[in-house]
Amino acid sequence: MAEPLIRVRGLEKVYRVGDNRVVALAGVSLEVGRGEFVAIMGPSGSGKSTFMNLIGCLDRPTAGEYWLDGQAIAALPADALAAVRNRHVGFVFQSFNLLARTSAAENVELPLVYAGVTARERHTRAREMLARVGLADRAGHLPQQLSGGQQQRVAIARALVTRPSLILADEPTGALDSRTSLEIMALFQALNRQGMTVVIVTHEPDVARFAHRALRFLDGRVVADEHTAAPADAERLLVGDAVPA
Amino acid sequence: MNFAALTRVALRALSVNKLRSALTMLGIIIGVAAVIVMIAVGAGAQARVEAQIRALGSNLLMVLSGARTQGGVRLGVGSNLTLSEDDAIAINREIAEALAAPALRGGAQVVWGNSNWATQIYGTTPEYLGVREWTLESGRVFESAEMSGAGKVCVVGQTVVRELFGGADPLGQVIRIKRVPFTVIGVLGTKGQSMIGTDQDDIILVPIATARSRVLGTASLAKQRAVSTIWVKVAEGYDTKRVEEQVRALLRQRHRLQPGAEDDFSLRNLAELMAAQEASSRVLALLLAAVASVSLVVGGIGIMNIMLVSVTERTREIGLRMAVGARTRDILGQFLVEAVTLSLIGGLIGVLLGVGAALAVARFAGWQVLLSGEAVALAVAFALAIGVFFGFYPARRAARLNPVEALRFE
Repeated sequence: MAEPLIRVRGLEKVYRVGDNRVVALAGVSLEVGRGEFVAIMGPSGSGKSTFMNLIGCLDRPTAGEYWLDGQAIAALPADALAAVRNRHVGFVFQSFNLLARTSAAENVELPLVYAGVTARERHTRAREMLARVGLADRAGHLPQQLSGGQQQRVAIARALVTRPSLILADEPTGALDSRTSLEIMALFQALNRQGMTVVIVTHEPDVARFAHRALRFLDGRVVADEHTAAPADAERLLVGDAVPA
Repeated sequence: MNFAALTRVALRALSVNKLRSALTMLGIIIGVAAVIVMIAVGAGAQARVEAQIRALGSNLLMVLSGARTQGGVRLGVGSNLTLSEDDAIAINREIAEALAAPALRGGAQVVWGNSNWATQIYGTTPEYLGVREWTLESGRVFESAEMSGAGKVCVVGQTVVRELFGGADPLGQVIRIKRVPFTVIGVLGTKGQSMIGTDQDDIILVPIATARSRVLGTASLAKQRAVSTIWVKVAEGYDTKRVEEQVRALLRQRHRLQPGAEDDFSLRNLAELMAAQEASSRVLALLLAAVASVSLVVGGIGIMNIMLVSVTERTREIGLRMAVGARTRDILGQFLVEAVTLSLIGGLIGVLLGVGAALAVARFAGWQVLLSGEAVALAVAFALAIGVFFGFYPARRAARLNPVEALRFE
């Protein structure tokens, strides 16, 4: 069997708040294969955000093992983690996190700057990615000149630009209206169909129905791992929405 | 990220809060300008003192005749002419590293054609020029026949040339000093002002014997060969203090003073006096620069303050940059370059302002200032160092942020 993209064993994260130990993650073991579309669900405090930070290499576990693309991550030093994030993980956030007063194209280029890619190639690849999310004509726009949905598309282009093996989205539709949310989910589904592994953290079942697999967290543990053979198709819902019955 | 890219990012970040950046720079601008002005003023004062030392002649000793007490009234230095020309000859003969010239001094009205001028008459020997490091602009000094035969020849200073001759060539002209005709055989070069501001070029040199018998003296003085002053120059590279003691010992021996008896002359070490003044002006210049650098340090604290605010404001940006792959040194470099850009731009503006202010001081206050490339380079380097020093702590704070917490920061 091929090596899964994500493999975690006994992953634990314990925070110290004063004298109290807060167990955010109490031993999680699971695998996510290449090309999967996974929704991570659970109420706040269930450990889903902590789990996402760990598999996104933003944080280190208190105990347990983590392999991303076959590489052991848990014990890597900070700068090595930065390199892994740069090459293997693309982040999409609820609040977009675009740099203000910086054009869409330059925002998309940012990860390539830290990857040491030349300016000429950065420009080419940024334009390419903006075209892929349908914003080829907005390259020179500043974030404040773009709608919420467009800003999130720019953020997705930025996540894709280093050709990562994994897209990690934290409540990507949390700040968007329902129609724009559908558009964003359609984009994720399209990327997934092209082979990209997508992991979305959400507390909305409405968002989770577009994934093939749903992981439910509660009190720092995975309490359910559900597979759906035929998830909802956001593209079709959009078309259906546009043409009222 | 390379340096050029970091600088671009820094300039963009600074241009977001233009007023804030400008106010932060102001501290450095004022600091650098103050350092440059203070160094220029201090160096100017020092250069003036050095010029005065050069004008006086370096390594100079002055022997003055002693004081006389007449009926309980002490008459002051020079009232008793205890020194003689032979003392000067003895110094020249006995002390190899000393060059001595005796001098008799007095004022007189001088007439040439229908112009006249009151000036100082100096009876001395040709050695005087060597002692004072004074050059001849034209002509010659006294010959030995003129010295021994009380020849009626003179060498005139630049002020006399201007005032008496009105710029005409004085060589070969005959002037009258106290009604005695003298032929001008030489013209002195310009010496300028003395330390206390007297015009050293307002002078006429005559052979000492002539001065004594024809101009200044009386018949009794003529017999004694007495002089009021002996100038002594210590050869370059010798300790003036040691030569001073040698001269003192020689004169005491010649004047037959018992051990324990007071000197009947006074010895002044002008070189030491000058050196003391030079040292004090150097200390003053240093002090001025030090006070000015305090304002630079205060400017640096301003930079640190604003950089800390900036790091806090941009916590989410830092988190995002870390999430997309910025390493510790990328973040450190970004904020360090930002701080250094602030201090360097401030420093360059400060240089312009400081040079302008120094020139204005020279022009309007009439002070002598001395601008040097070293001072400017020093001030800019200091500003740069301030940027690095005070920028490092905020930058390290940014680089050490936890990406998870930085991304969650509101």
